[in-house]
Amino acid sequence: MTARIGVITFPGSLDDRDAQRAVRIAGAEPVALWHGSHDLGGVDALVLPGGFSYGDYLRAGAIAALAPIMSEVKDAAAQGMPILGICNGFQMLVEAHLLPGGLIRNAHQQFIRRDQRLRVENADTAWTSDFATGQEIVIPLKNADGGYIADAETLARVEGEGLVAFRYVGVNPNGSLDDIAGLTNERGNVVGLMPHPEHAVEPGFGPDTDDAMRSGVDGLGFFSSAIAAAVHAAA
Amino acid sequence: MPTIVVDVMPKAELLDPQGKAVSGALTRLGVQDFTGVRIGKRFELTVDGDVDDAVLAKVREIADEVLSNSVIEDVVGIEVVE
Repeated sequence: MTARIGVITFPGSLDDRDAQRAVRIAGAEPVALWHGSHDLGGVDALVLPGGFSYGDYLRAGAIAALAPIMSEVKDAAAQGMPILGICNGFQMLVEAHLLPGGLIRNAHQQFIRRDQRLRVENADTAWTSDFATGQEIVIPLKNADGGYIADAETLARVEGEGLVAFRYVGVNPNGSLDDIAGLTNERGNVVGLMPHPEHAVEPGFGPDTDDAMRSGVDGLGFFSSAIAAAVHAAA
Repeated sequence: MPTIVVDVMPKAELLDPQGKAVSGALTRLGVQDFTGVRIGKRFELTVDGDVDDAVLAKVREIADEVLSNSVIEDVVGIEVVE
């Protein structure tokens, strides 16, 4: 079977087409979905893409988290569908309370864009199973509101239950507590992170590596993991 | 037309990068009277009729669920002004 992965476009989404392209390059069929509908199109997995939905008004991701399609997204999350939130999509997932904690303005107040090294802290999720726990990857990071925060109790739970999916390595680019770059839910089907795997899926357009300029494709593992999860669920 | 003002602030124990930036600017200007600056949000909700208990209950509900995110912010005031 060919897995079908939906990418939801919100007003102000920027990376929806890039995410669709990454899905295609990874070997699945991308399905364009619309925030204003209640139809998930029968997809096997979902991506909430990056961007600046509603201009980051109110709080980053807050208004998009109230979009009509989010009621179906919450139902799908509860049923175990693999759901990935990238950057603004991660902000939507925390605003929708599908992942714990919150994201605030970078501690240094600057927008930042860099190729970011991450450590995979939990390879037992629908979006990380093709990595190894402890593996280091490099994918682009670009955001203004990427500082992860949570109260002490939530942070202790996140760390204690292994919900940290990715941690920044080398540099903490935004003041995130415990260098947290991405989270998973308890079940492992909902994952969110600030950096952008969809921008590191094709040689010539990814981060630089020791081998060649722009040859990094570490983002592919996210999508191949979800495809494997979808095929496994269908079997 | 009655207006209901809702004030939302970042939680006291969490970093407020915007307030920190303004505080730094004041220090650079030589203003030394203030030990800190925190920045929050003010919402003004207008209603056509009277502000009764039902309206106030609805304001409290949306203040908690939409206007603020309880993970990172607190609703610090709900006030009716004319």
